[in-house]
Amino acid sequence: MSFDASTARGDLILTRITKSYGDFKAVDDLSLTIPKGSFFALLGPSGCGKTTTLRMIAGLEEPTVGSIHLGETDITTTKPYQRPINTVFQNYALFPHLTIFENIAFGLRRRGFKDVDAEVNKVLNLVELPHLASRKPTQLSGGQQQRIALARAIVNRPALLLLDEPLGALDLKLRRQMQIELKWIQKEVGLTFVHVTHDQEEAMTMADTIAVMNEGQIEQMGSPADLYDNPETAFVANFLGQSNLIKGTISGNDGDSLVADLYGQKISLPKSRSHATDNSIYAGIRPEKFRISLLNTPVSGNVLSGGHIEDVSYIGVSTQYQVAMPWGQELIVFEQNDDGVAPFKKGDAVNISWEPIFTFALRGDEDVTAGSEVNPEVLDEE
Amino acid sequence: MSKKIADPTIPKIPAAAKFQRWFGRNLIRVYMVIAFTYLFIPVAYTFAFSFNDAGKSNLIWKGFTFRNWQNPCGAPEVCSALANSIKIGFLATLFATILGTMIAFAIGRHQFKGRSTSNLLIFLPMATPEIVLGASLLSLFLVFKINPGFWPTVIAHVMFCISFVVVTVKARIASLDPRLEQAAMDLYANEFETFRRVTLPLVAPGIAGAALLAFSLSFDDFIITNFNSGTVITFPKFVYTAAARGIPAQANVIGSGMFFLALAIVLAGQFVNGRKAR
Amino acid sequence: MGKIRTPYLLLLPGFGFLFTFFILPILNLAQTSTQTPVGGGDTGQYEQTFRFQNYIDAFLDNKEQFARSFIYAIIATILALMISYPLAYAIAFKAGKYKNFLLVLVVAPFFTSFLLRTVAWKQILGEEGFVVPTLRSLGIISQSTTLTSTSFAVVMGMTYNFLPFMTLPLYASIDRIDPRTLEASGDLYANAFTTFRKVTLPLSMPGVVAGTLLTFIPAAGDYVNASILGSPNTKMIGNVIESRYFKIVDYPTAAALSFTLMAAILILVTIYIRKAGTEELV
Repeated sequence: MSFDASTARGDLILTRITKSYGDFKAVDDLSLTIPKGSFFALLGPSGCGKTTTLRMIAGLEEPTVGSIHLGETDITTTKPYQRPINTVFQNYALFPHLTIFENIAFGLRRRGFKDVDAEVNKVLNLVELPHLASRKPTQLSGGQQQRIALARAIVNRPALLLLDEPLGALDLKLRRQMQIELKWIQKEVGLTFVHVTHDQEEAMTMADTIAVMNEGQIEQMGSPADLYDNPETAFVANFLGQSNLIKGTISGNDGDSLVADLYGQKISLPKSRSHATDNSIYAGIRPEKFRISLLNTPVSGNVLSGGHIEDVSYIGVSTQYQVAMPWGQELIVFEQNDDGVAPFKKGDAVNISWEPIFTFALRGDEDVTAGSEVNPEVLDEE
Repeated sequence: MSKKIADPTIPKIPAAAKFQRWFGRNLIRVYMVIAFTYLFIPVAYTFAFSFNDAGKSNLIWKGFTFRNWQNPCGAPEVCSALANSIKIGFLATLFATILGTMIAFAIGRHQFKGRSTSNLLIFLPMATPEIVLGASLLSLFLVFKINPGFWPTVIAHVMFCISFVVVTVKARIASLDPRLEQAAMDLYANEFETFRRVTLPLVAPGIAGAALLAFSLSFDDFIITNFNSGTVITFPKFVYTAAARGIPAQANVIGSGMFFLALAIVLAGQFVNGRKAR
Repeated sequence: MGKIRTPYLLLLPGFGFLFTFFILPILNLAQTSTQTPVGGGDTGQYEQTFRFQNYIDAFLDNKEQFARSFIYAIIATILALMISYPLAYAIAFKAGKYKNFLLVLVVAPFFTSFLLRTVAWKQILGEEGFVVPTLRSLGIISQSTTLTSTSFAVVMGMTYNFLPFMTLPLYASIDRIDPRTLEASGDLYANAFTTFRKVTLPLSMPGVVAGTLLTFIPAAGDYVNASILGSPNTKMIGNVIESRYFKIVDYPTAAALSFTLMAAILILVTIYIRKAGTEELV
């Protein structure tokens, strides 16, 4: 019998974890601390190692090397049923031969819990489905099954709740609603949630902290706003939303700012957002930060001139422009439709401007397409 | 409703196209009726002649009677043959189901050296003609001076039923979502509890189906039984030997009775499954 | 738990059983097949002399029955395929909510003992049955033609008896075909026949292969249909093996015949699987 870790509590600490399958490293020297009580998301395209990481935390896989601690307790090699960690499985994995009540009671009964009825009813009320207790899982809708899977896990009051693409099987509208609900339940029960997803919007809506994973390693970790406004790599810049990445060189230093030369046009950017290691950079600007103006309109901030409108797509809340620049690149610009009609037409000669503060700089030797060819909505189905 | 259909401005479907559609739909229905008639002719014949007021030879229709149904054991040896078949079928099913289920779990749930050899060993008895299975087993019994009879027949039946049990149970295990077992482990069930509370209940319908299949294979087997049963008369053996001089109507009663019993079991099983699914 | 030993422990009893009562007998049969009678001994006493000539003798003495077994089995398999395919197709695609019920109907006749049904066919097709007099009075067959004791009766009986072995695997693989692929084929300018030939049939090939094997193998070794529905002129290799065993007590010849049958089936099946697996059949 292995050591029983079921009473362990505290932060989850992964130390230098590697998981290899033959020559392939699914997770490659990963270290990570997930603070107690947080809503943490592991975000990445399929095959990035996020699910393997989750399964190692759950105890369904053992790391090849490295250790996993929960507070002071080493749980690296303990069995899944000896860990105070529960999982909401992808596609829920509700037991088809048991009623909803017995599904939820399963964990409590295995641990010899006394007042099973009261606990199950309490959690059924929390997910607002007390009337379904005697049904079988196949009689429930997808959204209901999702909530029961959640109830089955949280009724055990685990130190850590793992969610493996929990909303992947739901349609868009229901997914948005469940995102809000999950967030609320996490606050309500005060558990640590670790959420694995390929959907950047879902991660940003729910999590306090997001770790973006790529090829078995953590690419960048931080709050949603941090990752979006100040990505450190092209992968993060492209995987979380869209980015315009323009090749350039650092040509000057101006207090808190750097001056960069983009195809002969000077712009400035904050030093705190430069992740370049030498003078060669990619300047990054999010499409909605750009403003478009006709040639003779006065503008402030950074300006790139000489563009003309290549394509106009009306999306409803905004209009998306593709603007061809003199050096051959097409920049993407989102303009809010707050003044009614789309003011620019195909062929218009325009300048593009933005506030310098919204500029970030990546290393000049980066692959600008990293993270962008992955379409997270299409990949993932296993 | 009539007003709208009569409206001449609504374009009509041409009669030729309508006929083609009707023909296509009904051709397949007609075919199914013919196919099922072919399948059921001997069953209907057997059932009808179970009511024949015949003496020893049940060849020609002589008149309607319930007597055969009131006294199915009326003809000599019919019921002892049936009893032998049921006993052999029960024992063969029991052993074949236990051994086959164990093999199915080993192959379906574990990775180990020799897995493909194991699959071959399971496939071979199914690919061997019955007469070879029967003859070879009899040769072995003769070498060891074991007389053919009741237990050799049970052994023979277990031998050819195991593979069918393995295949049936393995299919059920393969269709099991591995996440269900992982979920049980995640919810504090150790390996044994996981097997008892999740794996076994979910595989159980497959095991039940395999047992039913094994029983019907054993009950209906003639060729292998003929080689290994010696003087023990099973129901198929009884029919085979009686065929030359005419089969008593009581055999038809038993055959029809088995038909309705099996049909009832299968339909009840489907009903229960349908219930569960809803 | 979870140890390396677990699968082997699970396999041990079953494989021990199969080894003792399946592998060992086959090996023993191989040994028997090259024995010769003990000089001056009783009937049924044989000694090991490794006389492989037994095989040649056994084959040459019975080549007619061998040929008949394979021809009957092949015809019965083709007939069963022709009857079963439309049936399986109709159940899979046209039966709607009656699907399960119709599947039970396919299997249901086989709840009656197969010998009883074969005997029933004998009586239906026999002189006292209603088929022969009807056909005679309609002039479809001549007054002297009989239906039982003919090759026709034997092949028909085999076709009938092995039909579910064909229908069930066929149904299983046709049912897995997404009907949208058939619609897509029609959308891409294939008529009904081309759709069948280029989409339905290739997709149902696993079922066709499984069904034909499950029908052919037992049919080739069968002797019950030939005994009940046939005559001395329709004897199959199974009849010969059976009588060598029980009536003549000539174990070596019976064993040699069994092995030759098995080898012939294996060769034929291998060729067939190769063909069906690597090339389009149509």
